[in-house]
Amino acid sequence: MKKTQVIIKIILPILAIILSVMAYYGLEDSGRQKATRHPYYIYFVMAILGLYIIVVFAAVFGKKWRKTLIYKAPLISGVLLLFMIINIVTSKTTILPALYFPSLDRIIGLLFEQRIFLVENVLSSLKLLAVGFIWGASIGFLTGLALGYNKNVGYWLNPVTKVIGPIPTTAWIPLALSVFPTTHAANVFLIAFAVWFPVTLMTSSGIQSTSQVHFEVSSTLGASTLYKIMHVAIPSAMPSIFLGIFYGTVSSFATLMAVEMNGNSSGIGWYINWQKQVMMYDGVYAGLIIIAVICSLILTLLFKVRDHILVWQKGVIKW
Amino acid sequence: MVGQISIQEVSKEFANPDASKENIHALNGFSLDIEPGTFISLIGPSGCGKSTLLRLIGGLDNPSSGMIYLDNKKIEKPGSDRGFAFQGSNLFPWLTVEKNIAFGLKARYIYKDSRKDVSEFINLVGLGGFEKSYPHQLSGGMQQRASLARALVGHPSVLLLDEPLGALDAFTRMNLQDEILDIWKKYNMTVVMVTHDVDEAIYMSEQVVVMSARPSKVEALIDIDLPRPRARAQDTFQEYRSKILEILNFGGKIEEAEYYL
Repeated sequence: MKKTQVIIKIILPILAIILSVMAYYGLEDSGRQKATRHPYYIYFVMAILGLYIIVVFAAVFGKKWRKTLIYKAPLISGVLLLFMIINIVTSKTTILPALYFPSLDRIIGLLFEQRIFLVENVLSSLKLLAVGFIWGASIGFLTGLALGYNKNVGYWLNPVTKVIGPIPTTAWIPLALSVFPTTHAANVFLIAFAVWFPVTLMTSSGIQSTSQVHFEVSSTLGASTLYKIMHVAIPSAMPSIFLGIFYGTVSSFATLMAVEMNGNSSGIGWYINWQKQVMMYDGVYAGLIIIAVICSLILTLLFKVRDHILVWQKGVIKW
Repeated sequence: MVGQISIQEVSKEFANPDASKENIHALNGFSLDIEPGTFISLIGPSGCGKSTLLRLIGGLDNPSSGMIYLDNKKIEKPGSDRGFAFQGSNLFPWLTVEKNIAFGLKARYIYKDSRKDVSEFINLVGLGGFEKSYPHQLSGGMQQRASLARALVGHPSVLLLDEPLGALDAFTRMNLQDEILDIWKKYNMTVVMVTHDVDEAIYMSEQVVVMSARPSKVEALIDIDLPRPRARAQDTFQEYRSKILEILNFGGKIEEAEYYL
């Protein structure tokens, strides 16, 4: 790549930031949006600028940083320009109703001012998600293992799994709420259920597709049945199990939002619902942003774990 | 000396995939004695039950009738006294070369005491430096080598080879034939090899068992009395070749296809 091209690419995000600031101060406000105490959008843009400058400095010294920077610079500029356009449309024009489309100042301001309260809600959600996930994934793994390995278990359990599994988790909510002693227990059950089904299905399918020859090889090498399950069936089913965990995680997010909107008084799903009821749409957007960030962080983490465990089969599922 | 195999009146039937038809008789009253330390090859027409016999010796299947003894003990299930190298390498793709080879030792909980055997066999089959590679990173010949090392590392008294070199190119194949012979001489075990390559059988074995078509019995038991290393172009070598081909009744043509049974 030519040197000038590289320099233009690296300057692009800075130009986008200058343009954003000019638009913010240069264009007249429509006056429809509730005023904020500080120009939070500008703070945000400046924070991005600061981070960007740090990365540019890192790129001067690190080759890996340089490559990523050159590759990502146009994307960063694009995102910044998109924010600028959203900001112009919401605060400078009257095209959209201000009630449902709050300005970026308000959303970012809310994220900043209510940060402690938001973090509390996020932690409450994560705790619920983690407990439900661990229950669902472990029971799902064990059911899948039994289903996949033992024909008798399969005979009796397969029909049960096939009938109960596909029922959408949310359809269990009324029953779960009346059967379980506490709402929290019901919520844990519902999330566990959402994770359980895909994990069971994919574990069982993975175990069943273990190569017969691999079992025979391990028999001739003197492996016991238990050893074969632990060291042949499970590792060979691992890619499939991970797929099940991935589906389970995605469906647990959906379930989390659904159960938190039901009779809860904490959690990020509850927060969004509450903000909507009091017509504070800046809170709704803030909540959505938080969920987007957290869910993609969890999925990224999951795929990092997968890449670590499944080094032997690179590039089967791309993320 | 250990590694004496005695096959007595062994029959094996399989259910026909087409249920309306009769069962398939792969072996019918098959008998054979193999002396300890012999290198013996099983050769015969496609689907004649060579692999079936090998699986019975390995204990992977049980005979419908008759008995197989290893050192006067009845063979009923697979065991680490019989190393088995399958068609294709069949390495565990999730384990490195080193861990594949150590699998049997770990499964028998003797890895701690025989750890050095693993590196010994890795070097023996020429895979030094590839310990940490995964099977998909190796060539076909290297995979086959690793698979051999895996079957050998537990010091079995019998090595069972099911067309171990079938999928390899001619050069790799000839190299590996010599390596297998070296290993056989060094560890002095009984080797039973299924092959459909007459030259390979003559080049490697002390005895060649020519099997008849299904239901299979011993058509001829030929002692190969040639000095080692053997030369494939030798006249006596070619005589053995014509003799075996004549028994197989191909008159110089070897059937290409091999069906797994």
